[in-house]
Amino acid sequence: MDKVFLSRLQFAATAMFHFIFVPLTLGLSVLVAWMETRYVRTGDRLYLQMAKFWGKLFVINFVLGVVTGLTMEFQFGMNWAGFSGFVGDIFGAPLAIEATVAFFLESTFLGLWIFGWERLSPRMHATAIWLVALASNLSALWILLANGWMQHPVGYKVIDGRAVMTDFWAVVTNTYGWLKFGHTVLAGFVVGGFFVLGVSAYHLLKDSRREFFQRSFRMAAGFSLISSILLFVVGDFHASHVAETQPAKFAAMESVWETQKAAPYYLLVLPDEKNERNAIKMIGIPKMLSFLAYHDLNAEVKGLRDIPEDERPPVLLTFLGFRGMIGLGMLFIALSALAWLVSRGWIRESSLFLKVFILSIPLPYIATQLGWVVAEVGRQPWLVYGLIRTSQGVSEAVSRGQIIASLAGFVLIYSLLAGVDLYLLCKFARKVPEEVRA
Amino acid sequence: MIYQNIWFLLWAVLWVVYFMLDGYDIGAGIVSPFVAKTDEERLAVIRSIGPFWDGNEVWFVTAGGATFAAFPRAYAGMFSYLYTPLLLLLFTLILRGVSIEFGYTEAGTTWKRLWQRLFFVASLVLAVVFGLFFGNLFRGLPIDESGLRGGLSGLLTLSGIIASLLFVLGFGLHGALWVYVKTEGELKRRASGLARALSLPTLILTVVFFVYLFLEVSFRVNYLKIPVLFIFPFCALVPLINVQVLLKKDSPSAFRASMLFVFFLFATGFAGMYPALLPSSISPEFSFTIYNSSSSPYTLRIMTVVAVVFVPLVVFYQAWVYRVFKR
Repeated sequence: MDKVFLSRLQFAATAMFHFIFVPLTLGLSVLVAWMETRYVRTGDRLYLQMAKFWGKLFVINFVLGVVTGLTMEFQFGMNWAGFSGFVGDIFGAPLAIEATVAFFLESTFLGLWIFGWERLSPRMHATAIWLVALASNLSALWILLANGWMQHPVGYKVIDGRAVMTDFWAVVTNTYGWLKFGHTVLAGFVVGGFFVLGVSAYHLLKDSRREFFQRSFRMAAGFSLISSILLFVVGDFHASHVAETQPAKFAAMESVWETQKAAPYYLLVLPDEKNERNAIKMIGIPKMLSFLAYHDLNAEVKGLRDIPEDERPPVLLTFLGFRGMIGLGMLFIALSALAWLVSRGWIRESSLFLKVFILSIPLPYIATQLGWVVAEVGRQPWLVYGLIRTSQGVSEAVSRGQIIASLAGFVLIYSLLAGVDLYLLCKFARKVPEEVRA
Repeated sequence: MIYQNIWFLLWAVLWVVYFMLDGYDIGAGIVSPFVAKTDEERLAVIRSIGPFWDGNEVWFVTAGGATFAAFPRAYAGMFSYLYTPLLLLLFTLILRGVSIEFGYTEAGTTWKRLWQRLFFVASLVLAVVFGLFFGNLFRGLPIDESGLRGGLSGLLTLSGIIASLLFVLGFGLHGALWVYVKTEGELKRRASGLARALSLPTLILTVVFFVYLFLEVSFRVNYLKIPVLFIFPFCALVPLINVQVLLKKDSPSAFRASMLFVFFLFATGFAGMYPALLPSSISPEFSFTIYNSSSSPYTLRIMTVVAVVFVPLVVFYQAWVYRVFKR
């Protein structure tokens, strides 16, 4: 394994681990804020208990998101000095803005929220958690604008081998980044929604605190349903924007080898990268791929054979990641629709359904990870699309041995963190929340 | 160019504020086993920093982000040359953050004790690593055209070792004073006693550190050019002397004095480094300076606007949160 591969492996491992915690923060913050707002509006203490119970789980998850996020901020310089030197003029700005505008807000007001129950008026206290929710989502925006620039660079000029920003406004309004933001945040909402659905289902199955968990379930069901539908819509726009801006990635996502007009969509496909073709190609829907890619039945879809071999991403991984994500995305709509019907009492709550919701907790997590695999593996071999290759981005000063050692360290510490997180989440999720005191 | 200078100032301010704030919660970790004897007291120490530590640490993240945005070449150089020490720093910060948050999560006593020990060890290691880092940064690192000589072991210089000792004691003092201000009873009394005991050795070490810094020719240059800068080291020492007096009077201003101490300790260092961000002790031509490492004027201008609007806002709401938790 060479330095480039090891650096990529470390980045993938630390980023994917970090992204276990981020989406739940995005989704659960909104749900908890909503619960507390309902308490402030209605004075119903059950909502207060809900905000506290789900808030506890939110905090455990949040801490891990914070500490694993530290790694992200520093490893651009540590492992990717070549990249940092090349893009710093542009990429550093959204990162620094993220810290200044979002991280401060998020961390300061979460501290206030956790410790401020007795010191603030209920209204102020609810405002604090709304600020946390706002800031978390705002930080997602800035980091995705940075990532969006790597996917589709805009507003720059290359001078003396360095990308130099010429138009900040273009960087901030990069469509790629905004679509990604919408897609990621909605995915986070689905993760949060399914988390609350699953944990509530667990308690409903045990028949503990029915009213409490029925209400939680109902809120999460509506939230998940709306989010998963919007997620699919935004995802569709995102994919066709990818087709336009990153044809090689799109071709890999769909495993298209031949450039073709009015391209059909095959439900069953298995790529065969070696022979530049698909080993299996079955159940075609005429013109569908052209429509998905460009919202036009007769549009031309570029095939991988028309892309130079050294500019193609790994096809199998990108393709499987994409199909897996799409499949799960459709499942989320079905499941949350079911949850919504159950919560309305239109379908009878049965233990089978409840078990399905418990088992569904990990699914949105898997989908978000697959999404990042598609986004980042599909961007290869580029680090910044079309500008600098991944192999050019690594740190000269860091040796292979150092990366092996650091990777081992990360695996060790992160495994420990994962264990602690899982233990604490399970422990506090299973706890029966305190009875409402009059 | 004016923006490069503005960003050196902002960069230094971010670090200084970071150490003023996180310094006390790192310090609280360092002194916790010495001032807190019962389970309740240990919890009180952690609770005193609970609402703030995460917000404090964001100053560190922002300092890192600002280095990237304003001085990308220095960011790339500094972080890749100092790979191993930074990794150690990162691991320590991660474990420490988790230990604070889970240290008061109600659970079995063994569990809690484990996190509380980790909190102490991680805080101590953090002070040592920061000391090694800044002790060397202020005086310059052995950087030549091919990069830095020696990784982690390259930081084990005399100035690195003095600085780490100083950071352990200085942050310890700062943390003891925080605990003194924020708690009651026996705990408060012990924290006050420890702070008194720490203030003299901290003073002596600060003097030693300053003398050693000024022995370095390249460090003195700015001071000889603009002698008024000598007010920085002077202002670092005066509050340290005052701490004793204020504690005798049982005045909470003692904590404010140690804030000033930390502020001027770092201000002294940064004033000597200017205009380098990563000075080379071999030759100034290998230094990463604000001139050869900065972003384009356009980027710096945008970042200046962001900083001028948002940093005061952050200061404002963080100050407000401190007021909320004042009793």
